[in-house]
Amino acid sequence: MAVFRLLATRVFWGVVCLWVISVLIFSATELLPGDLASVVFGQAKTPEAVESLRKELGLDRPPQERYLEWLAAAARFDFGRSLATQRPISQLIGKRLQRTLLLALTTACMAVPLALLVGMLCTLWRDSTFDRAVNAAAIVVISPPEFFTGYFLAFFFAVKLGWFPAVMLTTPSMSFAEIVHAIFLPCVTLLFACFGHMMRLTRAALISVLEDPYIETARLKGLSNRRILLVHALPNAIAPIANVVVINLAYLVVGVIVVETVFNYPGLGKLMVDSISSRDIPVIQACSLIFATTYIVLNLTADLISLLANPKLRHAVAT
Amino acid sequence: MGQPNKDNDLVLDIAGLSIVSLHQHGAQPLLKGLTLRLRRGEILGLIGESGAGKSTLGLAALGYQRTGCKYDKGVVRFDNLLLHSGDEKTLSSLRGVRMAYVAQSAAAAFNPVHRLGAQITEAARCQAALSRREAERRMVSLFRRFDLPEPERFGDRFPHQASGGQLQRAMIVMAMLCEPQLIVFDEPTTALDVTTQIEVLATIKRNIRAHSATSALYITHDLAVVAQVADRIMVLKDGMLVEENDTKALLTKPQRPYTKELLSVYQVGRKRGGGKKKGRGVLLRGEGLDASYGDGARILEDVSFGVSEYEVLGVVGESGSGKSTLARVVTGLLPSREGSLWLGGEVLPRRLKRRSKEQLRRVQLVSQIPDTALNPRQKIGEALGRPLSYFFPQRTQAERERRLGELLSSCELDSRLTNAFPAELSGGQKQRVCIARALAAEPDIIVCDEITSALDRLIAKGIVNLMLELQEKLGMAYIFISHDLGLVRAISDDMMVMQGGKILSYGAASGIEKSEDAYTQKLLRSVPQMRVGWLDEVLQKRG
Repeated sequence: MAVFRLLATRVFWGVVCLWVISVLIFSATELLPGDLASVVFGQAKTPEAVESLRKELGLDRPPQERYLEWLAAAARFDFGRSLATQRPISQLIGKRLQRTLLLALTTACMAVPLALLVGMLCTLWRDSTFDRAVNAAAIVVISPPEFFTGYFLAFFFAVKLGWFPAVMLTTPSMSFAEIVHAIFLPCVTLLFACFGHMMRLTRAALISVLEDPYIETARLKGLSNRRILLVHALPNAIAPIANVVVINLAYLVVGVIVVETVFNYPGLGKLMVDSISSRDIPVIQACSLIFATTYIVLNLTADLISLLANPKLRHAVAT
Repeated sequence: MGQPNKDNDLVLDIAGLSIVSLHQHGAQPLLKGLTLRLRRGEILGLIGESGAGKSTLGLAALGYQRTGCKYDKGVVRFDNLLLHSGDEKTLSSLRGVRMAYVAQSAAAAFNPVHRLGAQITEAARCQAALSRREAERRMVSLFRRFDLPEPERFGDRFPHQASGGQLQRAMIVMAMLCEPQLIVFDEPTTALDVTTQIEVLATIKRNIRAHSATSALYITHDLAVVAQVADRIMVLKDGMLVEENDTKALLTKPQRPYTKELLSVYQVGRKRGGGKKKGRGVLLRGEGLDASYGDGARILEDVSFGVSEYEVLGVVGESGSGKSTLARVVTGLLPSREGSLWLGGEVLPRRLKRRSKEQLRRVQLVSQIPDTALNPRQKIGEALGRPLSYFFPQRTQAERERRLGELLSSCELDSRLTNAFPAELSGGQKQRVCIARALAAEPDIIVCDEITSALDRLIAKGIVNLMLELQEKLGMAYIFISHDLGLVRAISDDMMVMQGGKILSYGAASGIEKSEDAYTQKLLRSVPQMRVGWLDEVLQKRG
């Protein structure tokens, strides 16, 4: 069937994309001045010590060989050991990835339904005061960079009012409500960054569909505005909406770097930033690869949704 | 609501209705005080060119105005309910159940993501007019009556799984499902091929006319079509009534000059005799042409033809017949896969890039939609100046300016238009500019690809007459491609009928009715004729 062929093509290119990225990540770290061995010793290096570590790490072997080894290991979620802590990176990442996903998913659970709902309401009450106010507010909150929004929120709600903590610390013993309370401010910061974009594009996609002739047909059938929007317009706007939602979800996972740093949240983004300052190259490689995979998988999901939303692809022409 | 009508038979009573369209520069009237009365069981034809306000009137009959249009004054009374002042809730409860709409393009008017059956029964189900089972039962029986394939299962199809003619019939099923008192047909056959149009017309005629409880407004720009279905016709122009009469009387004894003009669009023809053409050599010849897009199916199969100097070769076919592809092959836009072209005595290369400047000059193209053929950021003078400087670089600036003026005047365009942008011109003017641009190259042959189908009939007639006059004066040959068999037959010397990329019949246009090809005969029978009873005769002959 046409859909499966299209899907297979998309997945194939996704894999190719991921492979290209892995090459880029590996060669980028390879191009940095000084290799791991010299980094570890810092200022106190002696040529002999560097040389022996280089042997130990296998850095004297050609890069292609090391790349293949690294890739094969990464495919099994084995990213080697951190230089800073000497612990296996997969262990290090595991918990932090969970925290980052917790933050991203909580935000997504709030932002996506809210953005879709508000986008639909804006379409339904187009050009009303509500529509104008929401659109203006969306522009205002989307415009400042996240670190500004983050510090601003922390200043008011944590420092001045003391409602929420400014630094997030979650422990396994916390209840769900406590966790939500702890990550509330960073969630809102992220929400501000992506809500406006999703809401406005949902509205734009729906309004463009509402211009289509079949909407007039629906009106002339005497259907209610709500039914026209939900049953006739929304299914036709799924492809563009899915695309913007997915781009924002990917942004939530990747874009947490800034927010995690602002709120000192021990997630994957924070780990990556810390690793960059300590030049813990294997960790940087692992984090980059995880972020890239997230991006590609989410984009594939958007493609899949768009394909499945198109009846021409789901149902072949009758013969 | 409202006062009771004296006439109980009156379904729709519109009096002094004015509707305006809202612009940045104030309101523009669309309807100027129109009055219309429709009796039970009557079909009223509304006819006029674009901008006449006929769609606006049709929609107003359903209490609906498009975005940007606004009710101004007047009364719309439907079965003793005042629609112009009705609230949305009342109107919604009427629409789809007691009054229904059939749109021009059913392909666009059905929602692509829902099955046809669900859409057809939707109004009845949502307004609780019929139970789901009853709605579906009626739908299937209407499918059967309308000759739709697999009536039991047709409703399971998505819009893209049905043909244009089937969709248009499905749309009529949707309109008729709740047995409404009023159906508004808005150009229901305009987007269809003639052979499909006749099926839809037959469906409307058999089912609406037989159904005395249903009245209809039938909106179209085509008098010959409306003459087949309407009891009475109203001619509209610029939002006003020009003339109203019984169908037969209006066709035979039109009172107003505008009506007479509309009737005359069916009479185009060439004044000159065929004798002039004799003794002239073959100008363009194609032999065994095969073409396809990419590696796809063959769009042209073994097409051969010849055009002599000062000749019109007509090419007729329905959508998908390959007639436009033939134009692309002749002009080199699409290199043919097989076969060859000759221009004069020499081989005309298949690829545009291989053709010499002289060959390019000699074959020119005018295409269907002038909007896409003219660069919107180029002034008319620049658009026409380009071929002048490209093909005739040896001429002086003064000569070119003089030639530009000649071109405009020969295409009956104002010389002041040189400084206008395409957006400032009307559709007919734009097409004239395209013709002038083709003439600028002083070609031997012009390929005209559906040059009139995007235009109103009266304007199209003007364009055709212009083309014929220009030929008389300048003596070039035309390949005239159109879906309009009547038109092609009237102006061509030779004509060919195409279907599925093949030539089915080819010969003198005057002898086309003698063609033995069944499809050609079907096409000839399907062209609507401007007289009452034509459709009945055709249907009767078929039995």
